[in-house]
Amino acid sequence: MIDQPIKSTLAKSKPSNLVRNLQEKLIEFLLFLAASSSVAITIGIIYILISESVSFFQEVSLVEFLTGTEWTPLFADAKYGIWALLAGTIVTTAVALFVAIPIGTISAVYLSEFAPEKLREIVKPCLEILAGIPSVVYGYFALLFVTPLLQRFLSDLPSFNMLSPGLVTGIMIIPFISSISEDSMRAVPASLREGSYAMGATRLQTAWSVVLPASLSGISAAYILGISRAVGITMIVAIAGGLQPNFTWNPMESAATIATFIVSVSLGDLPHGTIEYQSIFAAGITLFVITLITNIIGHFISKRYREIY
Amino acid sequence: MKSESAKDVHKLIAWAKLWQAGFIILGVLSLLVGIVTLVALLADMFIKGGPLISWRFFTSFPSRNAEEAGILSAWVGSLLVMFVTALAAIPLGIASGIYLEEYARKNWIADLIEINVANLAGVPSIIYGLLALGLFVYAFHLGDTVLTAGLTLAILVLPVVIVTTREAIRAVPSSIREASYALGSSKWQTIRSHVLPYGMGGILTGVIVALSRAIGETAPLITIGALTFIAFLPDSPVQSQFPYISFAWLMSPFTVLPIQMFNWVSRPQPEFQLNAAAAGVVLVGMTLLVNGLAIYLRYQFRKGIKW
Repeated sequence: MIDQPIKSTLAKSKPSNLVRNLQEKLIEFLLFLAASSSVAITIGIIYILISESVSFFQEVSLVEFLTGTEWTPLFADAKYGIWALLAGTIVTTAVALFVAIPIGTISAVYLSEFAPEKLREIVKPCLEILAGIPSVVYGYFALLFVTPLLQRFLSDLPSFNMLSPGLVTGIMIIPFISSISEDSMRAVPASLREGSYAMGATRLQTAWSVVLPASLSGISAAYILGISRAVGITMIVAIAGGLQPNFTWNPMESAATIATFIVSVSLGDLPHGTIEYQSIFAAGITLFVITLITNIIGHFISKRYREIY
Repeated sequence: MKSESAKDVHKLIAWAKLWQAGFIILGVLSLLVGIVTLVALLADMFIKGGPLISWRFFTSFPSRNAEEAGILSAWVGSLLVMFVTALAAIPLGIASGIYLEEYARKNWIADLIEINVANLAGVPSIIYGLLALGLFVYAFHLGDTVLTAGLTLAILVLPVVIVTTREAIRAVPSSIREASYALGSSKWQTIRSHVLPYGMGGILTGVIVALSRAIGETAPLITIGALTFIAFLPDSPVQSQFPYISFAWLMSPFTVLPIQMFNWVSRPQPEFQLNAAAAGVVLVGMTLLVNGLAIYLRYQFRKGIKW
């Protein structure tokens, strides 16, 4: 008697089960499509960069591109030597890392090993805000605040130089380096620290000889990801570094980086299909390869040397 | 003899403590570098640009006269571009995050997608500009329009949305999923009515952080050829005549706040640099507001949820 309504409900639910399963499969498929869109983006980037620079490399030999130190696309005798741009990129990145690595690491050690919880709660959001300020604002700051400030001490510093945007880029990536390093230091188990304290070490000795070596993989990954971040910084150098390609290793001179070259060409009207148009893709693929390699090395180091506790 | 070595030990301890005190000072100083810079930057900009900010500044177009120039077309453009970016990046990013966290089996496809997302997050923004230039502007013939800019920024911030969505729904304990399955829900029903609502705080934070990053992006938009002098507004999306809604604004040329600021800062005249400072104040104000909202939301959701 009683099971009659149950049976009928069961019977009714059968077709709806089928619908439900179909619906489930459809949703899973749609979600899968969404997830594969990120792969499509990567393929798109690689395809566009390669297809546009292939015609560039038909006119400019790869050897000249990779070894030349002059970049003069607008001259009658146009020269495309990537080192003119690469030198600027390396110099600004080096200046940035010179600032960001020591300050970022010391901040991370201090925040992870010494700072009271209250201070951490205040400082961390401040650092996040520092990382969230648009790069064009940092560019303004480099050109109109830091450069005049530096000129007081270095009287022969031109108003466009690589030192000031490099310093500002360094400050911009401090939060990036310190937060990754700090995460990896905090992942070091307390038992290691306690062992060290039990041997009579101070907090500093523990931080220096126990925590730092134990979190070395995370810290070096932070440095390498910091490099890839600094290499791609565009607007700060575009505003404060001048846009003229200049093969120099002196941070006191003005120069262009790979990224700022792309910006300076895009600022003008550039006809599709010309060699100037293709040259920004050739520069872009160089930048892409550099960041890809540093990212892969960073990934590899953090996996390979990760201590398992 | 004994007291001598005890003295040595004391000396050693004193030195170690001194070093430690020195390091603590160094640590505080390092933290201050960032914070002092932040304060100097904000103060410098507010002092120079603050007095310029007025109703007129928000309601005038850019002009050749620095005193008459305003940011009307810039903030309207930023708003429209953000709208397109949000519409494209949020559903796509959340859907990808759900798939990777809840559905993906542990196989090479899932690994590939995962490594790929991590790599995309590290690609410099200017490369996305080149992608957009080659793909949207020339292959799809979308031109340097609001639509192109919105899609470009959407692609740029997609990894951020995906990663934070994954983190947010990973934090939902599996007991909640199991309870839902036990009541006969399907996988999607469980996700829709349990996992997503509980993870919403984290997802929302990620979306906001992503959008705040997109507001400030300049380089990829310059690459697609965004004009820097726009003294008109795109068509209004709401029309007075049938069919009342127009999509013409999608295909309109545009400028955004960071590009307007870049334009002003790269002019040699000091009056325009004051305008740049004022635009910077508005831009920083917007990002701080948005970031502050994200931090507040995260705090609220963390406080409210007790598993």
